[in-house]
Amino acid sequence: MSANTHAVDAKTAWGGGGKAPFGMSYGKMMMWFFLVSDALTFAGFLASYGFMRHRFYDIWPSAENVFTHFPFMHGDHPLIYVALMTFILIMSSVTMVLAVEAGHRMDKKGVSFWMGMTIIGGLIFVGSQAWEWYHFIHGTEWGAIEMGVGNYTMPDGSVKQTSGLMARWANETKDILALPWKDLSGEYIKVSGAQVAEIVNNGKEVFGANMVRNEYGHPLFANFFFFITGFHGTHVFSGVVLNFIIFLNVLKGTYQKRGHYEMVEKVGLYWHFVDLVWVFVFTFFYLV
Amino acid sequence: MIHSENEHYEFAVHHSEEDGKKVRKMIWNIFWVLLGITALEVMLGIFWKSWGLNWGLIKTTFIFLTLLKAYFIVAYYMHMRDEVKSFIFTVIVPYSIFVIYTVLILINEALALFDFDALYR
Repeated sequence: MSANTHAVDAKTAWGGGGKAPFGMSYGKMMMWFFLVSDALTFAGFLASYGFMRHRFYDIWPSAENVFTHFPFMHGDHPLIYVALMTFILIMSSVTMVLAVEAGHRMDKKGVSFWMGMTIIGGLIFVGSQAWEWYHFIHGTEWGAIEMGVGNYTMPDGSVKQTSGLMARWANETKDILALPWKDLSGEYIKVSGAQVAEIVNNGKEVFGANMVRNEYGHPLFANFFFFITGFHGTHVFSGVVLNFIIFLNVLKGTYQKRGHYEMVEKVGLYWHFVDLVWVFVFTFFYLV
Repeated sequence: MIHSENEHYEFAVHHSEEDGKKVRKMIWNIFWVLLGITALEVMLGIFWKSWGLNWGLIKTTFIFLTLLKAYFIVAYYMHMRDEVKSFIFTVIVPYSIFVIYTVLILINEALALFDFDALYR
């Protein structure tokens, strides 16, 4: 065995022939191809989110008006907690790649320490997501009102139809606001008109969000939130489970006996992929 | 092809203590880059109004920074840089073509449907 490489028997590595395609091990290559297919699923989710968002772009809620909570703090903290979650996931990616590096040196102690840190980071992230779901489903203290069909007048004087989608933000001042409630400069979009009072009176009070109703605006926004962050959260959770299984094997000394830590590398690829997807979700769901 | 008991090929699964030091340095350097980009994104999100910047520009910057972050994660943390070129292209090229096409056509269709709805408002 040379210093930098590990000799793999041709029969056990690829089962036939003496050549490895792309000079890679079977497991690593197949993990990459699995990640490509998984990435296509996520791209499909985000692309369809983009489709619906642009189809209803004048009434689509802005994420910074929705995700404003921070644990143990009151007030308006738009997207700060999501940014913290992003940081936690990046941090767990760092600990994962440090575990892979320790594996290359056959440092069992190092691998188990960094794998353990990665698992803790993953659990904190899943917990944060659960917390965010709770607040999204629970809603604000004022709620909103889902309206029937009618006309209302925008601040610029133009008349629009509610189409049953407009909601009143029943805030402290009890103003009647049109979706998405705030314009780009952060001003409330207050509406008026003879029919408005009647529409509000015939409306239905909504608190929080579910698959059918969404206090924060268009119901599709809630659907995409549940599907995209839910699908990603499932990936984080299964990543934690896989990491834990490999972690137990590391502790047992399975890979030390085998002579290499390639399994840690493979599970690491999956874990980095989960982080990579979150980078895109963070941008396309929360930031832009 | 002649097969023998000794025939084998080698994968890079080990490195020395010295190489390990270099790799760890690279890992932390990339960490600071990723942290910096995320911090910049959050700062832009909070202060773009008071800095008098244009929202379209901010959006484009966000997307550019995201792709940059993705590049660093894939190339350095997933060690894509160490694979052979043919493999890199096998993974990146078909995926990119498909996704870019999907996104462009869906956004285009969505805006067309928006205009179509507006006719009947």
